[in-house]
Amino acid sequence: MEIQSDVKVKIRVNGTAVSATVQAGDSLLDFLRNQARATDVKCGCNQGDCGTCTVIYDGKAVKSCLVLAAQADGKEVRSLRGLMEDPLMQSLQNAFVECGAVQCGFCTPGMLVASWSLLQENSNPTRGEMRQGISGNLCRCTGYKKIIDAISLAAAQHVVTDGTANLADLADRLDGQAQAKANYLLLGGG
Amino acid sequence: MSITIGKGIPKVDAKHKVRGDTIYADDYSVPGMLYGKVLRSRYPAARILALRTARAEHLEGVYAVITAKDVPHNELTARFGQSTSVGVQFEGVYRVLADEEVRYFGEPIALVAAESPELAEQACEMIEVEYQPLEGIFDPMTAMEPGVRQVAEKQRNIASHFKIRKGNVEEAFAHADVIVEGTYQVPYQDHAYLEPESGVAWVDEDGTINIRVSSQVIEHFREVAEVLNLPHSRVRYLGTWIGGGFGGKEDITVESFLALLAWKTRRPVKLTYTRAESLLTHSKRHPFFMEYKTGATQDGRIVAVQARLISDAGSYSALSPWVLLYATVNAAGPYHVDNVWVDSYAVMTNTPITSAFRGFGAPQVNFAYESQMDELSRRLGIDPLELRQRNFLRQGDSLDTGWVYDRPVAISEAAEKAWYALGPKPAPANPQVAIGHGLGAGMCSYGRLTFLHDTSRSYIKLELDGSAVIRCGVPDLGGGQGHILCQIAAEELGLAIERIKLYITDSQLTPLAGTTTATRQLYMSGNATLKAARVLRTRMLEKASGMLGVPVEDLEVQPGKVLSKSQPEKSIGLVPLVNRMSTEGEELFVESQFNAPFTSIPANEVIEGQIHPDYTFGAYAVEVEVNRETGALRVPRIVACFDVGKALNPVIVEGQIEGGGIQGFGYALTEDMKIEKGIIQTPSFAEYLIPTAVDVPDLETILLESETGLGPYGAKGIGEPPMVSIAPALTNAIYDAVGVRITSLPATPEKILMGLLRHVEKEGG
Repeated sequence: MEIQSDVKVKIRVNGTAVSATVQAGDSLLDFLRNQARATDVKCGCNQGDCGTCTVIYDGKAVKSCLVLAAQADGKEVRSLRGLMEDPLMQSLQNAFVECGAVQCGFCTPGMLVASWSLLQENSNPTRGEMRQGISGNLCRCTGYKKIIDAISLAAAQHVVTDGTANLADLADRLDGQAQAKANYLLLGGG
Repeated sequence: MSITIGKGIPKVDAKHKVRGDTIYADDYSVPGMLYGKVLRSRYPAARILALRTARAEHLEGVYAVITAKDVPHNELTARFGQSTSVGVQFEGVYRVLADEEVRYFGEPIALVAAESPELAEQACEMIEVEYQPLEGIFDPMTAMEPGVRQVAEKQRNIASHFKIRKGNVEEAFAHADVIVEGTYQVPYQDHAYLEPESGVAWVDEDGTINIRVSSQVIEHFREVAEVLNLPHSRVRYLGTWIGGGFGGKEDITVESFLALLAWKTRRPVKLTYTRAESLLTHSKRHPFFMEYKTGATQDGRIVAVQARLISDAGSYSALSPWVLLYATVNAAGPYHVDNVWVDSYAVMTNTPITSAFRGFGAPQVNFAYESQMDELSRRLGIDPLELRQRNFLRQGDSLDTGWVYDRPVAISEAAEKAWYALGPKPAPANPQVAIGHGLGAGMCSYGRLTFLHDTSRSYIKLELDGSAVIRCGVPDLGGGQGHILCQIAAEELGLAIERIKLYITDSQLTPLAGTTTATRQLYMSGNATLKAARVLRTRMLEKASGMLGVPVEDLEVQPGKVLSKSQPEKSIGLVPLVNRMSTEGEELFVESQFNAPFTSIPANEVIEGQIHPDYTFGAYAVEVEVNRETGALRVPRIVACFDVGKALNPVIVEGQIEGGGIQGFGYALTEDMKIEKGIIQTPSFAEYLIPTAVDVPDLETILLESETGLGPYGAKGIGEPPMVSIAPALTNAIYDAVGVRITSLPATPEKILMGLLRHVEKEGG
């Protein structure tokens, strides 16, 4: 057994400060699920391999099982629930639903956070860049295609909102259903 | 005109899932909850000489330590909701905790409940187990030899043996123009659902055990009740939305452990497996060793298939007999062959449990017979599509069990569409790369074995404001098993989907709908829901007929109303209609049951006649790029075409094909479960590599809709079938690219490179 010792931390979780006593070996994931009750953050492997626990920590998307809770003292953490007021996240959520990118849904919160972070850094990624951007997040149900479709759709919507749309580029990126949905949205239907 | 059918309406559960609001099994907590932990065997084969628990029991904060002697009924027959007893040949043993011996690495020996997960783990470490290691039997070939020690004390090592004897293969081979033979091996595969096994249990004030668990089979409440020697009515499953199953949550996982711990402590208990625990100890897809011989005429007509199939049934037979049976009846594939001889064996070894996994025996034999087809096409110089089309099953042909398949078969069209969609090969990007195309076709049943006498029930109730409640005990794995019931009810009753409240998986309050396995929920519970909806619809139309003065035949249901087809101005809204029905005492609820076709249990090991309700047919065509220098493989294109009967929701159907196809991609190429002397060497996702987003292309799907399925509106099942056919399509494409025949999966770059080097040796001389 690892040696346990108490550490007091105060971590801002989705805008609210949470004070707690954690063990030195506890991960940020342990703290989020067990103490902050942020159950939208999932635990699929606890080893940094699956990405279901992805959150925004200190401004970056990280796997919270790889961060020590003690290390996060005084830091800001946002999980999916803490990003839901953001229009880009809302676009992603809608797109995931519309495109059929959600099957069992267990990877979904982490996948949404990773996708959001990807689009924050690159608002106009290619499908290949999107694949790279979510390559740390496993999904066993969808085969990823509809997730990429959803990110494309959300990116398209978001670029439109920004007023920086290049429609020809967008159309190239999208295919199948996402394309149809994008047309619908771009033509004022949504 | 359909209201909802055929439309890609977003799933009702997706909206909660994208908000992180879905409460999966481990997300749930109850005040005063303890944490369970399982002590597991450190040997794959050993006698337990002594088991000392006193130290663990005395640890502060430990509330229960349970070993086999504390389990009221430790060993029983695993049932999966079927009411018929199907006999020892078809049944597996389920043992809760190891007693005098352990048969596999990681077998549960003791259970602990303590105040924290850490304490429970510490208590497990304090339990002393004295083992006398035995020589393990790790290979089914060895286990089959006469005189070898029995893996299970009361069961022969050959747990099941089935035969197909159709026509006269000997004579047919004697007259065949060409014969191809091959030996094929397929490996373990882990389901690798992202949600590890988990649940919470508590005992009610009246002594009912409630188990909130991620399970594909809520009917296991009966087995758990038997484990505790309680009436079935005293165990209640509250199934959760499941974070992936694929067959791996079909057998009991944590439920008996939770029930025992909660019963003993009278405290709520949570038990969640770690990822390593899940990978090391839960059931896997059966490895198969297969010898195949296929004979054909010069013009490519297959005259005989002979196969010997050996499956590694692991240390407890679990669903091995059924999986073997599926493989046996699928052994000749979607082809009409007059002469078929199959001998199949499920053999026990001291290795992890093998049981259900999407495809359930069909993908294993499919890899062999489609590799044989490719060999045959090369030997005869007949195009791979053309050769298959000369042999595909047609309506009225018989399967290898002799059952005449009297339904339309769209396999030829499916294979053609997938193959042609690939188009011509592009020019390779550089001279080291060779491009290949490969085809794989296959079949997979939907609905359970017909001798299990499968049934499902569903309940619909209309509310006075035009909303509705559906109650159906359907476990939802994410494939839209629950959602589609809403679409069916909305179609029949003109309901708005967002105003339907769906209750699933409460074994006492939702009508039992059977297992979410065997690609059966749309077929079974879809039909049960359709039946219930149509009874309600008839009541609505009869009432509307009286109110509008229009004959029933002239009425149709539209969203929120019923109206006359000939005089559309005559209509009545759903709300006033339902209110009138209520006022006049009409029943606004219906519970219906749907029964699959029933057949009798096979009388002996020779399997004949109907075994499944129906089959789904489909094909994959793939393009690969193989690096001749390194064996590295890239897959730029995968095209799938399936006859889905009717795509009630095309987005969900595509999702099943895309996901199943990529799961099959992993099986074929990346998922290399290493096992040494019964111990898995790859217990993490860093070692056992399921495909990531950068490993796979966008899988292209083509849907055929023959409308000839047994499901609602002519739908066929599509949950498992996409797992079939992709593996041989990929290996056939590798052969097409570089002439290397992969006969054992996964087709790793190392194997491809070794094949390339053998070529160099031969040519270079």
